[in-house]
Amino acid sequence: MSSQVPSDLRYAKSHEWVRVNGDVATVGITDHAQHELTDVVFVELPAVGRVVKAGEGCSVVESVKTASDIYAPVSGEIVGVNAAVSANPALVNTAPFGDGWFLQIKLSNAAEVENLLTPEAYKAQIGA
Amino acid sequence: MSLLRTPLYSAHQRLGGKLIEFGGWEMPVQYSSIVDEHLCVRRAAGIFDICHMGEVFVTGPGAEAYLNETLTNDVRKLAVGQGQYSQMCREDGGTVDDLYVYRLAPLEFFLIINASRIAVDVAWLQERLCASAHRSGVIFENASDRLAAVAIQGPRVVEFIESLFPGPSQAGTPAASVLALKKNEIGLWTSFNTDGTAPGPKIWVARTGYTGEDGFEVVAPAEVIEGVWNRALAVGHVGCLQPCGLGARDTLRTEVCYPLYGHELDETTSPIEAGLGFFVSFDKGEFLGRAALLAQKNGAWKKRSVAFRMTDKSPPPRPGYPIWADGQAVGTVVSGTQSPSLNVGIGLGYVPPALAVPGGKLEIEIRGRRFAAEIVKKPIYRKA
Repeated sequence: MSSQVPSDLRYAKSHEWVRVNGDVATVGITDHAQHELTDVVFVELPAVGRVVKAGEGCSVVESVKTASDIYAPVSGEIVGVNAAVSANPALVNTAPFGDGWFLQIKLSNAAEVENLLTPEAYKAQIGA
Repeated sequence: MSLLRTPLYSAHQRLGGKLIEFGGWEMPVQYSSIVDEHLCVRRAAGIFDICHMGEVFVTGPGAEAYLNETLTNDVRKLAVGQGQYSQMCREDGGTVDDLYVYRLAPLEFFLIINASRIAVDVAWLQERLCASAHRSGVIFENASDRLAAVAIQGPRVVEFIESLFPGPSQAGTPAASVLALKKNEIGLWTSFNTDGTAPGPKIWVARTGYTGEDGFEVVAPAEVIEGVWNRALAVGHVGCLQPCGLGARDTLRTEVCYPLYGHELDETTSPIEAGLGFFVSFDKGEFLGRAALLAQKNGAWKKRSVAFRMTDKSPPPRPGYPIWADGQAVGTVVSGTQSPSLNVGIGLGYVPPALAVPGGKLEIEIRGRRFAAEIVKKPIYRKA
């Protein structure tokens, strides 16, 4: 199954995507990740105001099959979470890069974004 | 140790099945999605690879008496062509395995055992046979390698099963048609297609399953099972038949509270504690584990299986999560999932017997937080 990898995003090896707008990064999980999980039934989001380090677990996504940790791709303060995805977890399956986003991080070190995978590098990782 | 593969392995690959390890076997967990496959079985029809399960023949004039001293249920109740669910227990009542036993002929019995327990069960059964007064009258065969099986389950299976197994049965239950088999009956068919190449291989078809739906389990020689699978998918089209993986098999059986060995049952858990006392026949005479099981039935039990559903929004309960009641940790979840039929978290677990009352309030601890749940009567899901 071929998965979408939008060209305007950056990616973590652990299958999160990042969209940077000013100093705020919006984070979700990739189309490839939602295909692997299928049937997302629960999303646990962090408290707004929490400060996370890149690589730190900051959410949990649960499919019928299993529970998986979501890691902060960049460091900073959680400044927003997606109440819609908490109320309707299936958005992760239907719109992983849109309404199915998880959280927003105010970047404490914008240079970290450059450490993330380019779309080409992520495509190579997942064999897309 | 490398994983074992069933004769349907290449069929799973071709169908895009996602393969995982289960009990030492490489098995499909899903093809499309667990929820999709689950709902397909509840509303239409699904086919499952159950080739990994074990098959044992116990034959001869001593077979009935030997099985009755080794299993919990009473095989004397079985007429030719009938099957029953049973357990096999240790002296202390712990469960060695749970299984299905069929009487194929007056002196021929057929056991279907769990994949993860084949080696243990065969050693156990042979050891018991050596110790049995009936040993000279029993022939024992572990046929797990030469036989394979599929389960075809769901309300619309009746629309196409006759074109898979045409005509009357040739052994087991006398049946004019495969549709004439009643629940727990088994019959022999020697052809699974209509191309005139009969007589074909011997295929046993039983009206049994593990989903809570009507359906059939089909046991055939390993070399023909892929033909049965492919033919079923071809003719099953009329009943919207889909291939289904172990993920849906687990959610389906959890909704109807069927035990899975290693979860509800193990060597430290008895069928009485698991709520399966109906399948323990105390009036048939002596059998292994009888004294311990009888003492439990009369009140000497330490834990009791309960079914529960989450009453607040929560993550799905999962095996291993602690169960709390009145501010104390009182037990453990052994099976748990998000119910695709009810769209709520459900599970099975063990609690002290005094707490095992429908309507009782529990909490399930999930990642350090406790979420409200309520004990419900089994099965959790009942067909409308």
